[in-house]
Amino acid sequence: MSHETFPVDVSAWIGAYPFREVPHPDADVLVRVLQREGIAQAWVGSLPSAWHRDPAPSNTWLYAQLAPHADLLRPSPTVRPDWPGWEQLLDEAVARGAPSVRVYPMQLGIGATSPVMAALASACAHRGLVLQLTVRFEDLRQRHPMDGAADLTAAHIRAVVRSESRLQVIVSGAGRDLIEETHWSLTPSEQVRCFWDWAWVWGPPEDHLEHLFRTVGAARFVFGGFWPMRLIQGPLATISLSSALLPGVTTTSAGEISGRARIVVR
Amino acid sequence: MPPRHLIDPHAHFHWSGSRHDFARYNASRLRAGDAIGIEMHVASILGSWGRNSPTYFASPDDVVAGNDAMYAIADDVPTRVRSFVHVNPNHTEHALREIARGVARGAIGVKLSASRRADDPLVDPIAAEAGKRGMPVLHHIWQHRQREWGMQEASDAIELVRLARRHPGTNFILAHIGGGGDWAHTINVVRDVPNVFPDTSGSGVDRGMLDAYLAALGPQRLLWASDLTICTGLAKLQALEVIGMPQDDLDDVCWRNAVRIFPPLSLGLTT
Repeated sequence: MSHETFPVDVSAWIGAYPFREVPHPDADVLVRVLQREGIAQAWVGSLPSAWHRDPAPSNTWLYAQLAPHADLLRPSPTVRPDWPGWEQLLDEAVARGAPSVRVYPMQLGIGATSPVMAALASACAHRGLVLQLTVRFEDLRQRHPMDGAADLTAAHIRAVVRSESRLQVIVSGAGRDLIEETHWSLTPSEQVRCFWDWAWVWGPPEDHLEHLFRTVGAARFVFGGFWPMRLIQGPLATISLSSALLPGVTTTSAGEISGRARIVVR
Repeated sequence: MPPRHLIDPHAHFHWSGSRHDFARYNASRLRAGDAIGIEMHVASILGSWGRNSPTYFASPDDVVAGNDAMYAIADDVPTRVRSFVHVNPNHTEHALREIARGVARGAIGVKLSASRRADDPLVDPIAAEAGKRGMPVLHHIWQHRQREWGMQEASDAIELVRLARRHPGTNFILAHIGGGGDWAHTINVVRDVPNVFPDTSGSGVDRGMLDAYLAALGPQRLLWASDLTICTGLAKLQALEVIGMPQDDLDDVCWRNAVRIFPPLSLGLTT
């Protein structure tokens, strides 16, 4: 069961999850997990910030937690584009060397076509930042009664991709249906700016990942482990079993996506 | 260190009456199973999987056709596949006849999906028959069912435990702790019910789930399994290895517990 190796995990978080105990969601533990799995680097967000009214304090905490591991863990701070001063968070992200920022429109109650999302898309593209979206943290069927946010919709994703032609987008936690609905609702020039991790995509025997590699293309995918919510072994197992069906297929690296975002700025 | 053997006690196959790409699906299961070391798939087919009657309310005709298709697959690959006999407890006499027919065709367990609430008296004769024959009952479970869900009469651990307590001589496999709903709710419900064995299958790979079950139930109450996703089965297998379980404990979860609860020698292994 050999498979390609992944230098970067784009879908990691640290910090407590508000609705259940998640074991030791700490930066030093993440470092050990990455080393165990042979992954050189992770883009890391603040997990609790998805539910905070103002993400700025969480971002400050995130930078401090990641600082001792700066060569391995790169910050991916949270932005709330309907909160005063959000542009300053983007400037700080750039100053701190962040490759991306994360936004959680469902947790914030921001609609698919809200102008604040378009403004965020433009501001990210202008600064060479990748924009990351998260479909879900847990399965809908197990959520806490207070966790009322629905899964991210294809309408949100295509609206943000369409709104800014220079923007690079990574979507974490989508399944086959959402990926197909979104991908085939975009033009070819839009499709190539939208990337997906496969942490929630099924492998054998349904073989959804293999199907997606054949149809939307493996180049649309980037590795994301979804730690600490889910076992990082999940997406590694899925691709190891799927690669047997499509030998030689390679996904896109996080570095390439980040590079494309920065090229736009230069 | 990997387990010395690997048995999947919660597997499914398809047939021409359930989906057009059934051959691809079945081949994929066997190929992926070989890749991760599954020596035996103990599997069922749930009627027509919704094509002619609902998956979880399969008609008697679909039950028979699905079981026949399952037995044919087991006949084709006898070294790697064993069968459950799937029944719909709303048709009691048919279900009991189907169990007898299934045993004659080599079935080694009874599969109940979500056709009738687990604690309903209609399920009693089936549980009793399975116990009499020394076969476990694999019961589809919604972890912490808080309301009715469409196209099924799902049960949760509380309802299965009511049935299990009425039939202490029958072993029950509580399906897919990773298969939807709140797995944390199930733990305390089944903790002191020794004839209920949760299986790890389902697409969910939440961190902390396996650790919590092992801490609460111990390795002799948990069954490694895959259900619809061998990929997440592999992830959970690797996670069990990473958490440093002693070899004996890992063997319990991955095959020895299955050998204990299925009929003697039916899986080709002894404890």
